[in-house]
Amino acid sequence: MNIFSQKNDRKRTFLFITIPILALFVCFNTIPLIRGVIYSFTNFRGFGSYDWVGFRNYADLFTDARVGKSYLFTIKLAIVTTIVVNIISLILALGLNSKIRAKGFFRGAYFLPNILGSLVVGYIFNYFFTYIVPALADMVGLQSTSILASPSKAWIGIMIVCSWQAIAMNTIIYISGLQTVPEDVYEAGGLDGATGWKQFRHLTFPLIIPFFSINMVLSVKNFLMVFDQIMALTKGGPAQSTESISYLIYNNGMAGGQFGFQSANAVVFFIVIVAISVAQMKFSGSKEEQL
Amino acid sequence: MKNTTTAVKANKTVMVLLILGLSTIIFPLYMTIIIAFKQPSEMTNNISGILSLPKTWSLDNFREAMEVTDFWRSLKNSLLISVLTVVLSIIIHSLMGYTLGRNKGSKFYNFVYLFIVSGMFVPFAILMMPLAKQTAELGLANWFGVILLYVVFYMPMNVMLYSGYLVNIPLALEEAARVDGASTWRTYWKIIFPIMKPMHATVAVITALAVWNDVMTPLVIMAGSSQNTLPLAQLNFQSQFGTNYNLAFASYLLSLIPILIFYLICQKQILNGVVNGAVK
Repeated sequence: MNIFSQKNDRKRTFLFITIPILALFVCFNTIPLIRGVIYSFTNFRGFGSYDWVGFRNYADLFTDARVGKSYLFTIKLAIVTTIVVNIISLILALGLNSKIRAKGFFRGAYFLPNILGSLVVGYIFNYFFTYIVPALADMVGLQSTSILASPSKAWIGIMIVCSWQAIAMNTIIYISGLQTVPEDVYEAGGLDGATGWKQFRHLTFPLIIPFFSINMVLSVKNFLMVFDQIMALTKGGPAQSTESISYLIYNNGMAGGQFGFQSANAVVFFIVIVAISVAQMKFSGSKEEQL
Repeated sequence: MKNTTTAVKANKTVMVLLILGLSTIIFPLYMTIIIAFKQPSEMTNNISGILSLPKTWSLDNFREAMEVTDFWRSLKNSLLISVLTVVLSIIIHSLMGYTLGRNKGSKFYNFVYLFIVSGMFVPFAILMMPLAKQTAELGLANWFGVILLYVVFYMPMNVMLYSGYLVNIPLALEEAARVDGASTWRTYWKIIFPIMKPMHATVAVITALAVWNDVMTPLVIMAGSSQNTLPLAQLNFQSQFGTNYNLAFASYLLSLIPILIFYLICQKQILNGVVNGAVK
């Protein structure tokens, strides 16, 4: 009898916890998601009345040059930044994990960029790119215009700022990966003549592949959603050359009267994010199994 | 013997490279500090002028920046939002994580788990426009609405962390309390909640950092409320700084100081929390 009522109490408590929390989640995640999908089939401008337009927004998306450009820019930025960040982070992590003095200090200092707000970091670098870098370039006799003002080079500025902050995060994850590699693996490898690059390629790296996957997933997802850095550095310019997908959706959807059209864009973006995340997890999952 | 000397040499090289590398972090911060203290008349375009220290270490720029951006009000909003989000997250997400982690055998709860965790894939970009409408309709286009949204946004990640951590906590602990006649609710708060302390620290760190530095959510939700968070104030007052970069940099530095202090004090917990959050 007693056990029976306690089981009931347990069940009731679990339901009592789940229902309000689930309701909150549905209210501010599921419902807006559904509403977003619904808006994507309308010509809603963000206010006033609207009509159903079926799949016209989606058809228009694929012919809209500005949208296409923003996807190309965002994907290019995400790929290049992910590669740059992961190479530098791995090298830095190997350095920070070697037998050095003041290890704690170095790790703490190298992580610093990650805790700073990316909008303010963006504003600070904006000034550097606009005034200090050209002054330095001028001194050594190079051309002295801001890279942010050039449609073909502005993305490099954004890549640098994204990297500056992301390297801190990825490095710390690689360090925690390197710490899981036991010392005797290196000793055994050393006997077989595995040192330097060989040691890294055949011993260290295979052992930290799970951490490599975490960093890949984190990097790609974060860079695809880049927003603050664009806001602070270029506002999508010059000549719309640095409009990220998130920035375009915000800019044209919230203020530009394209609520319905940008909703369709957001739905496509959502599908792209899910597809990439699932593909990455499948890929890294199969890699880990091979080991 | 020869081996150890080459190892020492290698470590010295690593040390030198690491110190050189640090300049990429220290240089921008150094520039930020000196520009924030300088006067517009000290801003010259030659390299020695750019790098030199300010003539006087006056706090005038900071005083003016505080006035222009309404610093204390923005700071108060940022603190309020961050602290309440962290407290609510620890309470709500740990309860949810506990419930879902202890009902792995139930189809219903497994569905709820997958349902919530899959929320991780939903980019803010798709929720942004409907949420701006919805919060306005519900009268939540303010700091309170922003907190509610954060509790929902960080739920997938935190619930996953908590229910994962629960695997390490033996059921026997709860059963012992149950034999003593304690209810599930009481057992949770008396036994499970305190045991999950390491996970609370992780959740607090990653949630606090994400919330403190977030621009997009307050930008979209609080746009009409004439309230700012610290990062949002930088965005909204950007035009008022004009070409007075010294004033702007004083404001940037002010907005970075709270998190820098936090980092100096809790560096170890922050590093641990960030790693745990990402790796678990």
